[in-house]
Amino acid sequence: MPPIQMPTEPLLEIRDLRTHFFTDDGVVKAVEGVDLDVYPNRTLCILGESGCGKSIMARSILRIVDAPGRIVDGSILYRNAEGRTVDLAKFRHGSRELREIRGQDIAMIFQEPMSSLGPIQKIGKQITETILLHRRMSKAEAKETAIEMLARVGIPKPAERYEAYPFELSGGMRQRAMIAMALSCQPRLLIADEPTTALDVTTQAQILDLIADLKDEFQMGVMLITHDLGVVAEVAEDVAVMYMGKVVERGDVFSIFENPQHPYTRALLQSVPRMGIARRDRLPAIRGMVPHPLARPSGCTFRTRCDYFMPGICDKSEPPMIRAGDGEAACFLHMEGTARD
Amino acid sequence: MSEINVTLTRTPDITDEIAEDSVAMPALLGPWALMWRKFRRHRVAYVSLWVVVFIYGMAMFGEVLTTTNLEETNVRAPFAPPMGIDLFVENADGTSNFLLHAKGLKLELNRVEMRRTFVQDPEKIIPLGFFVKGHPYKLLGLIPMDRHLFGPKNPRDRVYFFGADRLGRDIFSRIVMGTRISMSIGLVGVVVSLVIGISLGGISGYYGGWIDNIIQRLIEFIRSIPTIPLWMGLAAAIPLGWPPLYTYFVVTLIVSMIGWTGLAREVRGKFLSLRNEDFIVAARLDGLTDWEVIWKHMVPSFSSHIIASLTLAVPLMILAETSLSFLGIGLQPPIVSWGTLLKEAQNIRTIIQAPWLLIAPGSVIVIAVLALNFLGDGLRDAADPNAH
Amino acid sequence: MTDTILEVRGLDMHFAIGGGLFRKPTTVVRAVDDISFDVYRGETFGIVGESGSGKTTLGRCIMQILEPTGGSIHFTGQGREPVQLVGGDRKKLRTIWRDIRMVFQDPQSSLNPRLRVIDLVGQCLRKSEGLKGQKLAERVSVLLEQVGLRKEFLLRFPNAFSGGQRQRLGIARALATNPQLIIADEAVSALDVSIQAQTLNLLQDLQDAFDLTYVFIAHDLAVVEHVCDRIAVMYLGQVVELSTTDELFRAPKHPYTRALLDAVPIPDPRARRGTRKRVAVSDGSASAIGCRFASRCPHATDLCRETTPPKRSVNGADVLCHYAGEI
Repeated sequence: MPPIQMPTEPLLEIRDLRTHFFTDDGVVKAVEGVDLDVYPNRTLCILGESGCGKSIMARSILRIVDAPGRIVDGSILYRNAEGRTVDLAKFRHGSRELREIRGQDIAMIFQEPMSSLGPIQKIGKQITETILLHRRMSKAEAKETAIEMLARVGIPKPAERYEAYPFELSGGMRQRAMIAMALSCQPRLLIADEPTTALDVTTQAQILDLIADLKDEFQMGVMLITHDLGVVAEVAEDVAVMYMGKVVERGDVFSIFENPQHPYTRALLQSVPRMGIARRDRLPAIRGMVPHPLARPSGCTFRTRCDYFMPGICDKSEPPMIRAGDGEAACFLHMEGTARD
Repeated sequence: MSEINVTLTRTPDITDEIAEDSVAMPALLGPWALMWRKFRRHRVAYVSLWVVVFIYGMAMFGEVLTTTNLEETNVRAPFAPPMGIDLFVENADGTSNFLLHAKGLKLELNRVEMRRTFVQDPEKIIPLGFFVKGHPYKLLGLIPMDRHLFGPKNPRDRVYFFGADRLGRDIFSRIVMGTRISMSIGLVGVVVSLVIGISLGGISGYYGGWIDNIIQRLIEFIRSIPTIPLWMGLAAAIPLGWPPLYTYFVVTLIVSMIGWTGLAREVRGKFLSLRNEDFIVAARLDGLTDWEVIWKHMVPSFSSHIIASLTLAVPLMILAETSLSFLGIGLQPPIVSWGTLLKEAQNIRTIIQAPWLLIAPGSVIVIAVLALNFLGDGLRDAADPNAH
Repeated sequence: MTDTILEVRGLDMHFAIGGGLFRKPTTVVRAVDDISFDVYRGETFGIVGESGSGKTTLGRCIMQILEPTGGSIHFTGQGREPVQLVGGDRKKLRTIWRDIRMVFQDPQSSLNPRLRVIDLVGQCLRKSEGLKGQKLAERVSVLLEQVGLRKEFLLRFPNAFSGGQRQRLGIARALATNPQLIIADEAVSALDVSIQAQTLNLLQDLQDAFDLTYVFIAHDLAVVEHVCDRIAVMYLGQVVELSTTDELFRAPKHPYTRALLDAVPIPDPRARRGTRKRVAVSDGSASAIGCRFASRCPHATDLCRETTPPKRSVNGADVLCHYAGEI
């Protein structure tokens, strides 16, 4: 039985989201039918390797996908503070409601802090600008709030650092400043795209702790995108595994790690070197490579690398998400009539 | 060391990869093909490419286009206005026939200006045609021919598409022939800048240290000298008695004196950023000498940028030569270049009475410079991996 | 019997910065400071550290891409006399670079995008053995097969390959001259998790087949534990702990090593350590006197702040700490 109950309504419901890139070489189906739910005060980790579409999916939520990509289908239902649901996928680019939701309701932090901190403006000013954009307060109040946020994210001497430029801070500090900016308007949902990948392990641990603390304090929903299984195990409550633009398995973090249902998840967990386990054995690697995005295999996209490939079934049609174990998996193995041990 | 004849026990994950391609990989283009594709999408640049090709074609095969011999004067048609090309001839009975022709000119007294000016003479019909016989020339300096692409059917007729100058010389033909000098100065100047620029810029960027310091200060010194007085000074040093060809080359050198500094700086910047790239380090570790690393790895790496920069430098050279000749300190008549043509339009009276002397060469210069600039922009965007 | 292939003694790499045309440099950055260790033939020697630890600089010093400002590095080829690399003849280096090769971190920037595979991998063979044309193509084909790539890829450009394949091209390039020692500078760090496993397996297979010695520079402790026999932990330019892998993970002795091991997230939700004590944030400075870790060490004393710690030996491990073995 799932150990954690989810009584509240989801903050974000993504249904059948599809984002395609129309390039000179063909159509790249970066996100091809994703269903996800994000709940308040819970961390959903999106686990996947490069090319699985997790970053594009996150950017689709906030509608910041660059040309030649665009959302071609699906809905992104956001439930705001008053309980009203809006479909973010249907808004026009640059519409006012979208801009209000961005930053105020849904905030995003990135792998590279320099991508959201402008290099020639002091960080304090950048945070104050964000605050003034979304909240009603005077400049002086905004400055105070900004300094408070800097202190809250653990930057020492926040009043001094308010006047600092991004290049004067170390990587970890910049990431904290970015988090301060993202949270300055107390958003209800935080999307973090590989927030600690570029950081040292010691700094990473602190940033993850910080995000967890702030999640509890502000009762935010957190969608954390990563490829690092350790990070997922540390912070996630719910996990969605993505491969080639689709969610292949969903569940709570314990089920995913202890009882993975999809062959990809299983293979991934086995192929990662772990500390403390017998050394120098061969790592059971997943064979083959991720197919080229322009050459998607028919049927199940993982079939070219799957040890449980069933000819005639797996290459014919795409597997639907089915209940499997304590969660759900998109795999024909779990369908009645085709189940194999 | 022993030969590699050890058979490796294949790892299952890699063997399968060799057997893979059940899902075939799409054919991917090499780096140059990708750039060409990106370039073609920039429509203005693509069109400009053909304009530039046409202009250089004009430079090489100019004689085919001209309608008159270059120096041929016509004392009966000084400052003749441009003759339009008409398609239909009106007959006495009101009907019109199709006939490609131009209407001749006759002198008439203009009562307003109190002088004689040319007006169109509807009775003088000069039939025009393609591949007509005209004055003889040597194509590319080798092949004797006398056919011209377009011109009067009767070789004795005179047609002035862009009008005539003070001595009755056909502006159109002179512009076409001037293309050769003006565009080639651009090219030669750019090649000279290229050689100096890459050498000094490369040394500066690759070795750094005190030699970099010296070269950069030299560049700054040169750039801080006001250009026109510098050119004037250098041009004044050209002995008057020199044959036109020599003056031509010296003018080219003068014009490229400043040009190389910009290129050197760019090249230096590229070298500095490339020096620490992994693939450059790998090349050194493979045993390549410095010279090989520079020419086999670094230069090809930014060659696309250099091509773009060069294409953007050519119009500057053209404008430089034009300005110098216009001021009278560059090329001199009887050399025909766009600049020397413009020189004849130097006083107000001429401009008012015969504006085509200014407009015709001026427009051609503008078109050439614009086309080269668009082309260079397109090349630069195509070479930039970050542009869409 | 320990057959040493690489002997590093007192290696220094100091950068003077802040100088100008007429000014003297203001600060000295001690990227690598007084480092000594041995690498034995046939082993995989790991160098672990975070950013700023100097591990990449150390790798480049060994390769002599950077010229160390002090110390010595002796390389002993199979059956040959040791050769001093530091301060040696730059021309001789080209011969050394056939025996010691490097695999780079970034599959994107380590391959010249304008060269075809045959040139990328075979360039060193052109120089060292003068191979051309058909002979070169044959040699490169063999290399490609050994890293699991098809012969048909000879004429392709790097942009046709995935990250994992590109890294294999880099490995093929490193193998081309039959080297004895390979410096793998974060060779798997930029790869996807599932590709890492394939690549690590490949590296192990190649080591067994060709009797290679690896110096494996990385920041991922789980990977390092998997492939290395002995590990040196670096912090701000110094080796703070050097021991066998088993000993390091069983009983880390230096406080920094402990902090590092503590901070690594474990892929097991039951082992959550969210409330663990975290080590203090680095303020980026390295004091010139005393122990460099003193400002962040939970056990620091005045002795630590004032006197440079000695290298002590505890249970076969070298530890740079005043209180090694006591804490």
